[in-house]
Amino acid sequence: MLRLFLKTLKTGVITERQKRPKDSELERLGIVVKRHIDKHFSGSLAIREIDAGSCNGCELEIHALNNPFYDVERFGIHFVASPRHADVLLVTGPVSRHMQTALLRTYEATPNPKWVIAVGDCAACGGEFGVSYACCGAVSNVIPVDVVIPGCPPTPDALLQGLLGLMKKRCNYSAYFYQRE
Amino acid sequence: MSEFESDWRQSLLALLENAAINVRIAGAAIEQWHISAEDWQRFAELAKQQRLRWAAGWAEHLGSDFVVNACFEKQGRYLWLKTTLTADNLELPSQAGLYPAASRSERHSQDMFGVNFAGHPDSRPWTRHKAWNKHQYPLRKDFPLPGEPEKQTPPDIDYNFIKARGSGVYEIPVGPVHAGIIEPGHFRFQAVGETVLHLEERLGYVHKGIEKLAEGRSPEALTKLAGRISGDSTVAHSWAACRAMELAAGLAIPPRAGFIRALLCERERIANHLGDIGAICNDVGFAFAQMQFSRLRELWQRSQAETFGHRLLMDSIVPGGVNTNLSDEHCALMQQEIQALRAELDELLPALDLNSSLEDRLLTTGFLSTQTAELFGCLGYVGRASGQDFDVRRDAPYPPYDHLAFKAAVETQGDVASRLWIRVKEIFAAIKLIEQILQQLPGGDIIAPWRRPPEHSEGLAMIEGWRGEIITYVRFADDNRVSRFYARDPSLLNWPALERIVLNNIVPDFPVCNKSVNGSYSGHDL
Repeated sequence: MLRLFLKTLKTGVITERQKRPKDSELERLGIVVKRHIDKHFSGSLAIREIDAGSCNGCELEIHALNNPFYDVERFGIHFVASPRHADVLLVTGPVSRHMQTALLRTYEATPNPKWVIAVGDCAACGGEFGVSYACCGAVSNVIPVDVVIPGCPPTPDALLQGLLGLMKKRCNYSAYFYQRE
Repeated sequence: MSEFESDWRQSLLALLENAAINVRIAGAAIEQWHISAEDWQRFAELAKQQRLRWAAGWAEHLGSDFVVNACFEKQGRYLWLKTTLTADNLELPSQAGLYPAASRSERHSQDMFGVNFAGHPDSRPWTRHKAWNKHQYPLRKDFPLPGEPEKQTPPDIDYNFIKARGSGVYEIPVGPVHAGIIEPGHFRFQAVGETVLHLEERLGYVHKGIEKLAEGRSPEALTKLAGRISGDSTVAHSWAACRAMELAAGLAIPPRAGFIRALLCERERIANHLGDIGAICNDVGFAFAQMQFSRLRELWQRSQAETFGHRLLMDSIVPGGVNTNLSDEHCALMQQEIQALRAELDELLPALDLNSSLEDRLLTTGFLSTQTAELFGCLGYVGRASGQDFDVRRDAPYPPYDHLAFKAAVETQGDVASRLWIRVKEIFAAIKLIEQILQQLPGGDIIAPWRRPPEHSEGLAMIEGWRGEIITYVRFADDNRVSRFYARDPSLLNWPALERIVLNNIVPDFPVCNKSVNGSYSGHDL
């Protein structure tokens, strides 16, 4: 046990120690995300990730968001096990036809208000796979999409930026909503 | 080849002669044995007597005929079996009864080409759910790429799952959308109390029509597609596709390109093993290891982005070589990086090894016997943790591995702990390989100009990816375009083993059993 403590102490809090410009940029980004989340979701954003046909590349980078360098949880962003607990669906892949119904059902199971982020080039436009007998192509061909994060796969930095994009759009939506009322 | 003129080839030929099975042998690097369709199953019987491993199977629509292929291996030597079927009689005696490894592959050919494997123990569809109709076959040449899909593909509800009945038996359906950040697939458990009585996998959810999409592609475009068969094996799959195309075209790549390819592939192996070790520990609640190993993986990926321009090394391998060179500074940096990784592992591994609660959860969990692993033809760390002493890099070396030395770790313990520690040993082997590559890195070009392949030329390549042996087949048409592409990911042979691995384990241990195998859904479904 002592060994674990020693290693943990030795490793330190790498999340804050990052001094490289890329990471300070990320820090700044994350803080902005948190501000928007605080405003609309009381400091928490629950994400349900759905692989609707990806090659798993996007999943690897989404996983990286939880590593100690990015540690998205400190911004109130966390991944949940069920769409019924989610505010946001993070969808990857060109939607394979075999996943089409599953994606639609997951979307329906997510309570309103909900937002959809299409992650990766395949989810954005079909990528290398496009529309075929086996694929529906872009996620927006199957369910409404609010934000697109391109990249093959998008880097964890790009993913965080995309979440920020969602927050901004969310603000615009509510402004529109209040105006109409 | 002559030094490896091993006994099994002669004995097998003698057995075939006794059985009055005619064989026409062609090809040089890998011999193609043509037999007639009615002998397909009897050949498998004799091959099994000689303890050949069934390695891959695929079909092809060629003109008005269909060619069915199977690939066997023993002692690092491959045998490529072929037979030709006419369109009016698409029937072949199944090999799956003898080689369970061939089962899903034959069901795939049945769904995609309409080849009927007579006597197959399981004639249910496999790759086909509801995206196309029963009597349509996407890989036939007259099937258009867009197909005729319905606006919304209905769910595959009438798949005939095996049922278990009895007092206290209950069923747990899981997926295709899982609770974690992983790929989609369906698992059907039958359990009594907490104990798993039976597990049935239903995959095919991420079938993206990769084989069909490959048709008509240029070598560059095929490489890009191959790099997206499975995102974590992007280097290995694009290497396999390029090597198959280069063999077809008779193109030798510059030695430096070969070394850089191997460097990329070993880096991919280390990245994935680091991630997996952390994830396996995390699945039994040991978050310390998950945090530490995901930290190491992140550092590793960041350095890949700096040196090669991509965190996962995508699109670095191109037909004829590589598109990313390595400067002296990069080599020096990588030496330092390796030293740092060694030092980290020296601190972390004792912490894992001496943790009794980790040992308690991983030892004896998810046992795969040597016999079962052999039956399913398990590959990579799954096979090597269960006594399958095979590694393409060592047993059928391709450049540059013919110049490098390493030890492939093999154990017979067969449990989750063994699959974890085999990964650790593979990381150290990969580190040693990278050091040799950096020392021996030849100068010169990193890419050879592409040479137009002869009409209908074929290439079959084997590459040891991080999951194990990948077998890729490519045939060109007459215009430098691909007419057939098939990639057999090691997951195809490791997935069925998981159905056995979880038996008699408790349901809550399924995630760790699954992670210890870590099959690719995308690479399996194609």
